[in-house]
Amino acid sequence: MSSHAQTGHAVVVEPSGFIRKYIFSIDHKVIGIQYFLLALTAVCVGIVLSLLMRFHLVYPGAHLPFVSGGIMTPEQYMALVTMHGTIMVFFVLTTAPQGGFGNYFLPIQIGAPDMAFPRLNMLSFWVTFLAFVAILAAFVVPGGAPISGWTGYTPLSGMGEVTGPGEGMGQTLWIVSISLFCLASLLGALNFIATTIDLRAPGMTLFRMPLTVWGWFVTAILGLLAFGVLLAGGVLLLLDRSAGTSFFLPAGMVVNDQLQPHSGGSPLLWQHLFWFFGHPEVYIAILPGMGVASHVLSTFSRKPVYGYRAMAMAICAIGFLGFMVWGHHMFLSGMSPYSGFAFSVLTMSIGVPSAIKTFNWIGTLWGGKIQFKSPMLFALGFVSLFVSGGLSGLFLAQPAVDNMLHGGYYVVAHFHLVMGVAAIFGIFAATYFWFPKMFGRMMSEPLGKLHFWFTFAGAYCIFMPMHFVGLAGGIRRYADATGTNYGAALQPAHMFMTYAAFITGAAQLVFLFNFFWSLKHGPVAGKNPWNATTLEWITDSPPPIDNFGGHYPSVYRGPYEFSVPGYRQDFIPQNLTPDQAALLK
Amino acid sequence: MRLSNRNSMSGSAAPAAMLALLIVIMVVVTVYVFVANPFPSRPPAPITTVGQLVDHQYFLTLCVTGVVFILSQLGLAYAIWRFRDRGQTAHFTRGSNTLEMIWTTATIVLFLGLGLMGRKAWAEVRFTPAEPNALQVEVTTNQFVFNFRYPGPDGKFGKLDPAQVSASTGNPLGLDSKDPDGKDDIVVPTLTVPVDRQVELLIRSQDVIHNFYVRELRLQQDAVPGMVIPIHFTANQTGRYEIVCTQLCGLGHYRMRSFLDVVSDVDYQNFLKQQAATQ
Repeated sequence: MSSHAQTGHAVVVEPSGFIRKYIFSIDHKVIGIQYFLLALTAVCVGIVLSLLMRFHLVYPGAHLPFVSGGIMTPEQYMALVTMHGTIMVFFVLTTAPQGGFGNYFLPIQIGAPDMAFPRLNMLSFWVTFLAFVAILAAFVVPGGAPISGWTGYTPLSGMGEVTGPGEGMGQTLWIVSISLFCLASLLGALNFIATTIDLRAPGMTLFRMPLTVWGWFVTAILGLLAFGVLLAGGVLLLLDRSAGTSFFLPAGMVVNDQLQPHSGGSPLLWQHLFWFFGHPEVYIAILPGMGVASHVLSTFSRKPVYGYRAMAMAICAIGFLGFMVWGHHMFLSGMSPYSGFAFSVLTMSIGVPSAIKTFNWIGTLWGGKIQFKSPMLFALGFVSLFVSGGLSGLFLAQPAVDNMLHGGYYVVAHFHLVMGVAAIFGIFAATYFWFPKMFGRMMSEPLGKLHFWFTFAGAYCIFMPMHFVGLAGGIRRYADATGTNYGAALQPAHMFMTYAAFITGAAQLVFLFNFFWSLKHGPVAGKNPWNATTLEWITDSPPPIDNFGGHYPSVYRGPYEFSVPGYRQDFIPQNLTPDQAALLK
Repeated sequence: MRLSNRNSMSGSAAPAAMLALLIVIMVVVTVYVFVANPFPSRPPAPITTVGQLVDHQYFLTLCVTGVVFILSQLGLAYAIWRFRDRGQTAHFTRGSNTLEMIWTTATIVLFLGLGLMGRKAWAEVRFTPAEPNALQVEVTTNQFVFNFRYPGPDGKFGKLDPAQVSASTGNPLGLDSKDPDGKDDIVVPTLTVPVDRQVELLIRSQDVIHNFYVRELRLQQDAVPGMVIPIHFTANQTGRYEIVCTQLCGLGHYRMRSFLDVVSDVDYQNFLKQQAATQ
C-alpha cells in the first residue's frame, strides 16, 4: 500500500489550461471544491423552496409575483415538498460532506497524492452535475415538477400523468436524476474505498486514521451497497412508466373510472428497495458529520478524542446496523407486523452506538481547554442537535407509538433535526475548519459566530415546536395545514416556525458573505492555523497539486495527540518522528 | 508556557456562557411545553383500550428519553462552561474502558428494554386477528375520498369488479351487478360504528397509496392497491372523530378526509335501516 503512495505520483504536473485545471480536472482537491460549490448552489435552492413552503403554510391565499395565477396551487406546494426533499438529501447532505470534504481531505489526511482513480473521480462529479441539471429541469417542463415526495412512492410515481399534475415529464426527470446520482455515487464510493485501503501513508494504520476518514470510509461502504439498490429501483420504475412493465403496479387499479392496464406488481417492493437505500442514506448524510464533530471537538478542546477506538467501532456499528432497519419506515405500510417488530428492536439497538458517540463527545470536552472558534461552535451545536433529534427517533422506532406519529410533523421535526440540521452543522463545522486549508485564508471569526448564534437558536425555534404540532396531530405534506378540522388550532405554532425559518434563512446570507469575502480578504492562514495534528496541516494552504510537494509523510502516532504530558507544545503532528517529537519535550 | 496558550484564551467566557445558556433555555422551554401544554401539543384522549396502551408506551418512552435528553444536554452545557479556555492545561486522557462498558450496557438495557416493552401495544392490534363476531366494514380509498361498505342484511360483501367502477354513475367501488350478494351492500362516505363493539376494517385502495388515520383510535394504516389489510378496534366512547389521509397521494392529499361516528347500538341499527332504504 505504501509503495504506491510513495512513487505513484512523483510525476504529477499541474495542467496549464483553464479547462483542464478548473473544469475537467482530475485533481481531487478541485473536484472536492466543485462538489462543494454544487452543494452550495443546491442548498440555496433548497432553502428558498423551504421558505416558500413555510410562507404558503401560514399565508395560503397570498399573491406571489412569480407564481402563475398569483396564488400557489396545491400541486405547486407538493412540488416544493418533493423538490426540497430531493435536492437537500441528495445534492446537499450527500454531496457536501462526502463528495466535497471527503474528496478534498480523505487523500490528504491519509498522506496520499490523490484518489486511487482520479479520472473516475472526475466522472463521478460530472455525472452528479448532470443529475442536478436533470432535477432542476423538472421545474420547467410541461406538467410541472414532480409531486410524489422525495420517496417517490408508487403507484403515484409509477402510472404517469393519470395520477395528477407533475406525474408526467417532471416525475420522469426525477427518476433520471436520482438514477444518475446513484451511478455517480456508486463510482465515488468505489474510489473512496480503494483509496482508503490502498493509499495510506507508511505507518497510517486503520486505528491511526482520523475519525473523519473513518466516517468517509464507512459512508463509502454504505454508498456502495445502498446506491446500487436504488439505481436498480429507479431503472425498474422508469420501465414501469415508459415500457409498460408492472414491477411496482398491481392489477385492478382504477383512476378516474378507468381500469389501468397493469398486473402483477407490488407497491411495497418499491418501498423496500427505496428504504433499503433510504435508511443507510440517513447515515451517509450524518456519519461524515460525526467524524468532523469528533475531529473538531478534539482539536478545540486540546484533548485526544475520548474513547477513539470505541468511536471508530461505533461508526462501523452504525453503518452495519443501518442496513437492517429500513423496515421501520414501513411499520404501517401493510408489511407483516412481525417484521415490523423485528425492525423495531433492531432500530432501537442503533441508539446504542449513537449514545456511545454522544457520551464520548462529552467525554472529549470534559477536562479540556475549550476554544470557541466558529468550527468548534458548530461542532458543539452538532452534538446538541444530534442528541435532540436522535432521542425523538426512539419514539418512531416503536411501531405502536408510530401509530400516532407516522405521517405527521413529528417525523418531519425528527429527521430535520437529526439528519438535516445536525448534518448541516457538520458541514458548517467542516467549512469553517478547513476553509483556511482549502483557500489559504481565514474566514471572519465575528461573522462566523454571528452566523452560528442565529442558526443554532433558529434551528431549535423551527424544529422544536414542530414536534408538538406533530403530537397534536398535524399531518405533513398538506398543502393547506388546516385541511383537518383540528389543524386550525395549530396555526399559531406554524406562524412561529415560519418567522423563525425566515430569520434563520436570512442568517445564512452572513455565511455566504463571509465565505466569498474571505476568499479574497481573509487573513492569510499559514500551514496550521488551529495547531492541529493531522496530515493536512503539515502541507501548504492550499496544498500543492500533489498534496505534499513530493515529500510524502510517514505516520508515527495516532491522530489526536493533544496536550500530551511532558511536551512543550500541546499538539504533536502525526508525521513527527519520535526523534523530532523528543525535541518538543 | 505552552505554545498555544499565548492568545487562545481571550474571549472564551462570553461564547461559553452564551452557548451554555442557549442550551439550558432550550431544555427548560421544551420541558415546560411537555408539562404545561401552553399551545395544542398533545393528541386528544384515546377512545380505545389499545389507544391507552399506546399512550402508556409513549409516556414511558417520554420518561426514558426525557431523562437522557435533560442529562446529556445539561452535561454538554456544563462542560462547555466549566472547561472553557482559561489558560489551564487540558487534562490528558484517552478514555476509559470501564465507562465505555457502563454506558454501552446501560443504553442496551434501556433502549432494547423499551423496544421489547412496546411489543404489547403493537401485538394487541396487529398480531391477533379480529374476533369472529366483529363488525366488518370495508374501507376503500381513492384520490381523494374514503368510501365505507357494509355487507347489508345478508352479512355478505358482494364481489367487486374493477372494470365496473364508475363513480360518476354511483358505483364508485365497482360492485359486480351480477352478484346477488352485493345488492344489499351499503356504501357510504363516512364510517358509522356502534360503541363497545369490535370493528374490523378491511382496508384497500383503488389507485395510489392512501392512509386511514384516526387520532383518537391511535390507529393508522396505509391503504395499498392490490392488498386488503385488516385492522380492528373497539371504540368505547360515542362521538364524531376525524379520519384523515396521512400518505402522500397527490395534489388533493390535504383535503382527503372523512368522519368516524361512534354511536349507541340503537342509533347504529337506525343508521343501517336508513341506509338500507336509500341504497
